[in-house]
Amino acid sequence: MSKFGLITKGLLKENPTFVLVLGMCPTLATTTSAMNGLEMGLATMFVLILSNIVISLIAPVVPDKVHIPVYIVVIATFVTVLQLLMQAFVPQVYETLGLFIPLIVVNCIVLGRAEAFACKNSVGDSALDGIGIGLGFTLSLTVIGIVREILGSGSLFGWKFISGDGILAFVMAPGAFLVLGYLMVLFNKLAKR
Amino acid sequence: MAAKSNLKNMALSLTLVCLVCSAVLGCVYAVTSGPIKDAEIAKTNASIARVLPAFEGQPSAETVEVDGNMFNYYRVPGAGYAVISTVGGFGGPLSLMVGIGEDGIICNTVVLSHSETPGLGAKCQTEASFIDQFKGWDPAAKRLAVTKDGGDVDAITASTITSRAYSAAIANAYNVYLKLRENE
Repeated sequence: MSKFGLITKGLLKENPTFVLVLGMCPTLATTTSAMNGLEMGLATMFVLILSNIVISLIAPVVPDKVHIPVYIVVIATFVTVLQLLMQAFVPQVYETLGLFIPLIVVNCIVLGRAEAFACKNSVGDSALDGIGIGLGFTLSLTVIGIVREILGSGSLFGWKFISGDGILAFVMAPGAFLVLGYLMVLFNKLAKR
Repeated sequence: MAAKSNLKNMALSLTLVCLVCSAVLGCVYAVTSGPIKDAEIAKTNASIARVLPAFEGQPSAETVEVDGNMFNYYRVPGAGYAVISTVGGFGGPLSLMVGIGEDGIICNTVVLSHSETPGLGAKCQTEASFIDQFKGWDPAAKRLAVTKDGGDVDAITASTITSRAYSAAIANAYNVYLKLRENE
């Protein structure tokens, strides 16, 4: 596969949210606004790229039977690093995402890419795969966030264009499922062409 | 592909990975612990500055027990008290910082953390007509309860429980103030 293909497949053919349907917990919970979705996507992408790089480096020497614990330790380390960095330098973002940052450890996209791609491919390709899948996840979360924010709060990236409230259900959990479902249909319809 | 497993290389690789990872985390912690503390202090100071008139220096946190509950507060000489008051809201704990002047009049209130419903109870953070009614409130003269309960607080529409919790948090903070006054 070409280097360029490695990045674009994460956006379309192997889009983690709309095609692979992985990492649904942060997808549904943090996309109450476009900004929250974007921040969550970027945080996951940070962990994904770094863990992909390190895992592709150490995979050849890690014994088969303990490879999952080793990968989890590596992933958890990067998540904790990210958590500390966010707490120190962007405390407001850390406060909104809060609980969902440590939960990146168990995000199946991260372990999934480690198992399915990084442990069998070169460092460069693994990094590109991390970027591609990370971008796909970030874009999907941002799009869900945009739709929910427009319908639910009548604003876009915090810029309010109607007075009063939107349709509150879209900010809450049921709206997350509805938006995700309809976007999935739309995405797969368009991607089939 | 992965190496063949035996007890020696499994134990060795796990130990090594954990060692390296904890070393990395230790370094990152050493670098970030300072900024994290600064960010927390900056946040507290920003909240105190919002609920009390201008002050100088670094107010220190103190604790007092009122009716069996512990309350954290900041004493700002010349300006008053900033009391942190936490009550049960609609979706979970609702934590406020309440600024009370030397004269017992409430200066301002600010939400520190909450888990109220977005678009309904969460408005207690943004709805100016609700928040501003507490500025200059005299708890000795006006009752801190929503009008539905016979008090003087105008509740947020469709969020009576949150408004009730908000009022109760301020009332608790005022009791802390009374206790502190008594002790002084």
